[in-house]
Amino acid sequence: MSFIRAIGSEFQKVFTTRMWWLLALLLAGYVALMSGGFGAFLGWASANPDAAAAAGGGGTPIAPGLDLAPLVYSFATSIGYVFPVLLGALAVTGEFRHKTLTPTFLAEPHRTTVLTAKFLSQFAMGAGLGVIAFAVSVGTGAAALAGFGLDTGLDDPDTWALIGRGVLAMALWGAIGVGLGALVPNQVAAIVIVIAFTQFVEPILRFTASLNEVTANIGKFLPGAASDALVGASFYNIASLGTAATLEWWQGGLVLLGIALVATFIGGATTWRGDVS
Amino acid sequence: MESGIPIEITGLSKHFGHVVAVDDLTFTVQPGRVTGFLGPNGAGKTTTLRVLLGLVHPNAGTATFGGTPYASLPRPLETVGAALDANFHPGRTARDHLKVYATATGLSKARVPVVLEQVGMTEFADRRVGGYSLGMRQRLALAYTLLGDPGVFVLDEPINGLDPEGIKWIRGFLQSLAHEGRTVLVSSHLLSEVQQSVDEVVIISKGRLVKSGTLVSLELDSAPRTIADSPDREALSAALDEAGLEYTEGRNGFIVNEPDPGRVGHAAFLGGVELNTLHRLKSGLEESFLSLVGGGEE
Ligand SMILES: Nc1ncnc2c1ncn2[C@@H]1O[C@H](COP(=O)(O)OP(=O)(O)O)[C@@H](O)[C@H]1O
Ligand SMILES: [Mg+2]
Repeated sequence: MSFIRAIGSEFQKVFTTRMWWLLALLLAGYVALMSGGFGAFLGWASANPDAAAAAGGGGTPIAPGLDLAPLVYSFATSIGYVFPVLLGALAVTGEFRHKTLTPTFLAEPHRTTVLTAKFLSQFAMGAGLGVIAFAVSVGTGAAALAGFGLDTGLDDPDTWALIGRGVLAMALWGAIGVGLGALVPNQVAAIVIVIAFTQFVEPILRFTASLNEVTANIGKFLPGAASDALVGASFYNIASLGTAATLEWWQGGLVLLGIALVATFIGGATTWRGDVS
Repeated sequence: MESGIPIEITGLSKHFGHVVAVDDLTFTVQPGRVTGFLGPNGAGKTTTLRVLLGLVHPNAGTATFGGTPYASLPRPLETVGAALDANFHPGRTARDHLKVYATATGLSKARVPVVLEQVGMTEFADRRVGGYSLGMRQRLALAYTLLGDPGVFVLDEPINGLDPEGIKWIRGFLQSLAHEGRTVLVSSHLLSEVQQSVDEVVIISKGRLVKSGTLVSLELDSAPRTIADSPDREALSAALDEAGLEYTEGRNGFIVNEPDPGRVGHAAFLGGVELNTLHRLKSGLEESFLSLVGGGEE
């Protein structure tokens, strides 16, 4: 009973401040730009292969017959996953920053209950952001592809399975955010880590790891790579060179879940247990 | 409302690294009266209250509500109302803040407008807390304590930041809570701030208990003294020595440990010293308080 109440309270915390729709808005804008833009570019390129090769100066040619739709739609996760992580991390770090752990722990002295409620509510928030992201990526991407007379894949059940796995990935990223926030309660530090890791560190690691077969087998366990494996398509898969080792989709999901659980567990046993003063 | 629950602090100690914040502290707070928890800044009041509320883990000792630690209370907000620091999420309105915690603890949302009205915050309830004055934050913190209509109140420096009207209001508020049989513990670093509203005092200094009892007993502790001054302080000092009187030299003259100014005047007369000041120093609760806690704030 107290557990249900704690989850309700966590949702209210999210929806009574502005951060969630600010992040949702940014996510939608970013995904619209990328899915719509790349959808249009790829559509144009595959419709005019000669012109594209000339303009690209011999860049990656679009293989004829390559299924573009999953690639375009998966921008929702391949670039959007940073948003649920941020929202999840802020749900924890905000309590430290604004010193609201005091009223929170007074109302629910069982700290594990509170952290578990955050984990589950941010999992749900991540799923919600995932739905928004895919609505935008499919909306803009399909429009762009259809504009060039390309297959939108919307009548293909595989596309919808991909979207479902993508929403699950976003949910898991929300839970990872909670774990990160519990590990690094300093809000500024947590945000810097999220941005630096997702935008610079991991892409570089993934690229470097993919150059060699041994490291590629380690690199596929990087969270972003695991996420792409779970979703089943990513812009990185065509952008990256070298060996493209990937996990099975369910393995990718387990890697993300494992990261979320381990981080939340360690954070919950350390910073979350500490003195609140 | 659940009433009649005492607060019991036993052998409580807490250090932060090398800083001893609370040192083997023991006292009891009874229901039906307002107890002032006093001591200068840094005395360990906030730490004690945070341990009592399960927010800070003690190094030794226990702090309970009638034998039950806060974390084991089945319905915490309906048993204890606590206001520690007036910190809130700046982007959330007062009404939403209260709703969030009413939900967490399973209280009806109908309580929210009731407690907002009780603390006079209805008018500002839908503004974001970020724009609130300290006094408004203090009122919102009090509204939070009232949500569950508890039998015990634990308030850390609730008068800080209130305007004179707010101070008057909170005095009446504390008294009415106690009259209803509730346990009320209210901390302050200034005795004068709470002396009109407390019945009992618990005074600590450097983490240790220095006095606990009724406010009246504190008054009795402070024996009246005499203040005397002369254009020739050296001569007066000699005359007081001659008469065997104890004294300290202050800015406005000598403070003599003697309730009767006549005896001090006689000593001066015997020494042939001219006096330009001679009167009884009013027995001040505040002075008694300051002498107990070692001369004031550090
Ligand atoms: N989180 C903390 N870390 C380190 N020292 C602390 C902490 N909290 C309090 N202290 C120290 O403990 C002592 C008591 O502080 P506190 O309980 O806040 O006193 P009061 O509320 O009476 O002013 C002070 O010396 C203070 O600096
Ligand atoms: Mg204090």
